[in-house]
Amino acid sequence: MKLRGRAHKYGDNVNTDAIIPARHLNLSEPEELAAHCMEDFDAEFLEKVQPGDVIVAGSNFGCGSSREHAPVAIRAAGISCVIAASFARIFFRNAINIGLPILECPEAAEAINGGDLVEVELETGRIEDLTTGQSFQAKAYPPFMMEIIQAGGLIPQVKRKLAASRRMIP
Amino acid sequence: MPHTMAEKILAAHCGREEVSPGEFIDAQVDVVLANDITAPLAIGEFKRIGVERVFDPGKVILVPDHFAPNKDIRSAEQCLLLKRFAQEQGVEHYFEVGRMGIEHVLLPQEGLVLPGQVVVGADSHTCTYGALGAFATGMGSTDVAVIMATGRIWMKVPPTIKVIYHGKLRPWVGGKDLILYTIGRIGVDGAIYQALEFGGEVVEKLSMAGRFTMANMAIEAGGKAGLFPVDDTTHAYLDGRARRPYAVYASDPDASFAQVLEYDVSELEPQVAFPHLPSNARGIGQVGQIEIDQTVIGSCTNGRLEDLRIAGQILAGRKVHPKVRCIIIPGTQEVYLEALREGLIEDFIRAGAVVSTPTCGPCLGGHMGVLAAGERCVSTTNRNFIGRMGSPESEVYLAGPAVAAASAVLGRIAGPEEVK
Repeated sequence: MKLRGRAHKYGDNVNTDAIIPARHLNLSEPEELAAHCMEDFDAEFLEKVQPGDVIVAGSNFGCGSSREHAPVAIRAAGISCVIAASFARIFFRNAINIGLPILECPEAAEAINGGDLVEVELETGRIEDLTTGQSFQAKAYPPFMMEIIQAGGLIPQVKRKLAASRRMIP
Repeated sequence: MPHTMAEKILAAHCGREEVSPGEFIDAQVDVVLANDITAPLAIGEFKRIGVERVFDPGKVILVPDHFAPNKDIRSAEQCLLLKRFAQEQGVEHYFEVGRMGIEHVLLPQEGLVLPGQVVVGADSHTCTYGALGAFATGMGSTDVAVIMATGRIWMKVPPTIKVIYHGKLRPWVGGKDLILYTIGRIGVDGAIYQALEFGGEVVEKLSMAGRFTMANMAIEAGGKAGLFPVDDTTHAYLDGRARRPYAVYASDPDASFAQVLEYDVSELEPQVAFPHLPSNARGIGQVGQIEIDQTVIGSCTNGRLEDLRIAGQILAGRKVHPKVRCIIIPGTQEVYLEALREGLIEDFIRAGAVVSTPTCGPCLGGHMGVLAAGERCVSTTNRNFIGRMGSPESEVYLAGPAVAAASAVLGRIAGPEEVK
């Protein structure tokens, strides 16, 4: 499956308070959260973002809080994938769990410019910057994680496993 | 094979003799926790799984602490959702306002987390319980939903960074200063995907409150856990609190650590982390003249009795600076009551400070002390990202209770030794 969109470029340590300010954590609906995505950090983000766009960021993306509202807001705002030099660990888990595609690739994070048209193939981790013609290879997921991603997130994967174990009871 | 404390706890929780860093395991969880802002998503996801009952209601803990007492209608709805779920599922450990505390101050106080346990919370500061020698880590709402349904969760075994503190602490220097200094040295991703394990003669002499403060901020260096050895201090704390026997794990002397960091902290001054990263730490002597508008003394980081006593030593008989709001938040009702008995609450009120019921409140810009554009706050909380406590044009300086109290009196960022 190929994802394609314009890159929104950020630096290091884009934290969860930047992604979704804490004062909005009394909201749960994805559309409501999306309406406040990046609002203190990049006031133009919501105006500029188009469905399918990609976030390209430096190291430690998503650091700070465990709030799952962060990847939920990003996905609901229309972002199809986040490419970063590295991810904070709770954000990483949350993104995989809710089915927001993320790829770790320091070379792509460095080279891709804001506004470039980017194409991503999730299964292989191949990233292409269609504007500059460069291509990159992201770090592969362990098979265990690929299972969660292919199921569409942790809940679908757990449901599948629970159903399978029920069927096995004689 | 020799192993670290983290590896031993995780091996025990997936039925294995041993596990190695980098391995994916399916870990059994002893305690799972959520609060009023993370539980609503978790409850929604739990219902999607289609399991009717939580795996073990005795192991689920629910605390409305972030936007409670209800800060607005939306927050009230979230707190109500939490309460109804607790009732429906027969969750005994649901703590209503008036009977609660900030989760990471409350749970140890109540003996609800023990050494050797695996504790997962839908809050990044769940790592606080590492102070008790538990493998405690923060995860998201979906992970917590899966744990509530199944009692287990996938985890990657982390390598461990050992941090050893040598020397003897100067007066007024405590756990908050040690951890701010450490994060300043290694950076906000210095421990990413790794467990921190603290040790050395300074740690051996550190109180439980100081250990909770340090473990609390392991996540601010990107750490998965912040572990302390289980020693006489730990046993003394648990005596009378622990409701059952517990398992003690210690790293083998020849265990393999990803890194071993050693710091001599005999000359360490009280630390202040400048905006807008917890790693932006410097000694109080390098602060200069910075006027402030607010101080916050409290939170899961420094809302314990020992923290209030330190603040009390400085505020008793003195006045909060006329230009400053000093907001003091005991971490639990028990802390509040004990502070009352010791005369601290009277000292605070007579000094002109605000004393609040337990809540996370201002730490995350929720309520009880939000900042306007241009305002500055010295806070004993744990994060100072842009907009953390309110306006994106406000500033938060992180420090321990001694610096926060001294700053409240002098109206500028100041150390306790500057207060006459």
